[in-house]
Amino acid sequence: MFRNQYDTDVTTWSPAGRLHQVEYAMEAVKQGSAAIGLRSRTHVVLATVNKASSELSAHQKKLFKIDDHIGIAMAGLTADGRVLSRYMRSECINHNFVYESPFPVGRLVVQVADKAQVCTQRSWKRPYGVGLLVAGLDETGPHLYQNCPSGNYSEFMAFAIGSRSQAAKTYLERKFESFMDCSKEELVRHALHAVKESLQEEDLSSANCGVAIVGIGEPFVILDPKTLQAYIESLEGGKDDQQVKVEAEEERPAAIIERQGTAGGGGVGVGAEGEGPTDMET
Amino acid sequence: MSMVFAPQLAEAAPTSHAGASWSPYDNNGGTCVAIAGGDYCVIAADTRMSTGFSILTRDHSKIHQITEKCVLASSGFQADIRALQKNLDARHQIYQHQHSKQMSCPAMAQLLSNTLYYKRFFPYYAFNVLGGLDTEGKGCVYTYDAVGSYERSGYSSQGSGQTLIMPVLDNQLKSASPLVLPPRESSTPLTESEAVDLIKDTFASAAERDIYTGDGVEIVIINKNGIRRETMPLKRD
Repeated sequence: MFRNQYDTDVTTWSPAGRLHQVEYAMEAVKQGSAAIGLRSRTHVVLATVNKASSELSAHQKKLFKIDDHIGIAMAGLTADGRVLSRYMRSECINHNFVYESPFPVGRLVVQVADKAQVCTQRSWKRPYGVGLLVAGLDETGPHLYQNCPSGNYSEFMAFAIGSRSQAAKTYLERKFESFMDCSKEELVRHALHAVKESLQEEDLSSANCGVAIVGIGEPFVILDPKTLQAYIESLEGGKDDQQVKVEAEEERPAAIIERQGTAGGGGVGVGAEGEGPTDMET
Repeated sequence: MSMVFAPQLAEAAPTSHAGASWSPYDNNGGTCVAIAGGDYCVIAADTRMSTGFSILTRDHSKIHQITEKCVLASSGFQADIRALQKNLDARHQIYQHQHSKQMSCPAMAQLLSNTLYYKRFFPYYAFNVLGGLDTEGKGCVYTYDAVGSYERSGYSSQGSGQTLIMPVLDNQLKSASPLVLPPRESSTPLTESEAVDLIKDTFASAAERDIYTGDGVEIVIINKNGIRRETMPLKRD
């Protein structure tokens, strides 16, 4: 889109009834590397394309755990995304302290959207330059939402944002009807296929993508590189579901005796810790 | 806390009346004990919750797990204790978000001290014993007063049965003077099962004479394999 005389201030309408600054903010999201989300009846999977700015640097962190039952993937200005994730974490912790229950995802998404809207109506602020895919669980099951810099939000079965997300969206549109009944492993494979579409020429590896899963009875966890690599190899048909499951189990540290089940059925932070964080990831 | 303003009468003399006024605190009684070993830590507390001379419940846990390797046992005013536990849990969640790992036991010990001192002028009525494994995997026990003064030691007890139990632990566990040669470890030389047996004996003894200690004892054992729980009934009188 081209510059015009109505795009200096976020508080200036154009004659066509548009707020150009807000639209430019959404452009920033489109420039960021892709983030993909999809859900089934029991799980939500988030996947990101991890682009390092140079060969010498590590990639940006785009997957964030917000609480045991909520996580986000972001595309755009990751610094803005970090600020929003700090806000979301704080809200979840405070809600948990007062009500001893998990923050309803839908309400959190609305609060973030309202926060974003404020920045579209103050002359001394600028809109957030990040789009979020929020994956979470509530009493009605798993949900996937998108948050926009404009303050809009909507719920999705599957979605992709960021650069070359159209390729991923096309894949998702083709396949989404089968997602509802997918197992966790099948869902992750669909997500990785979608990431592959966004990567186009490059080969998929645990170095250039990230995956996170949240599900009924399973707290939000970002997959460690080893488990991720096993999933990637299973895409080519090299391994089957059982093999992937076994490798995922081996990654977890020795089961804590008398805890509620090894699949991470609770306990503060156990799930995240157990997947062996790399130095850049939660 | 609310301020109460009373109208002053012209000829009012300062009144003094014998009689209890409202207190924001209550003592729910109970005793907590912890023993640290070379590669384990045992934390125990009785399960009786009382008020005055009445028992509120025989089955209330005073032990709270904060991190994977760190457990807090507190006796005193259970409402304050619950608030303190929730506070520490929230702080631990924040730490995990920021550092991508769990807090170590020594770090939690410092946090607990700071949290208690933060309310120096309206304290948490909680007598705490923090137990777990330190960063090297050795057992550690930290003992606190109500406003956060703390110390790492090999063993400790707090609560209504403290004065009955501590001398017994001193007798069994106290290390010789640091001037003795050859030098000895500061944590106890007992094995894990010996420590658990000692705990059971001390609680059984304390329950005999301390009216606020009894009903049952909950014992938590932390070692490199994880956390394990045992319970043992105590006298219910």
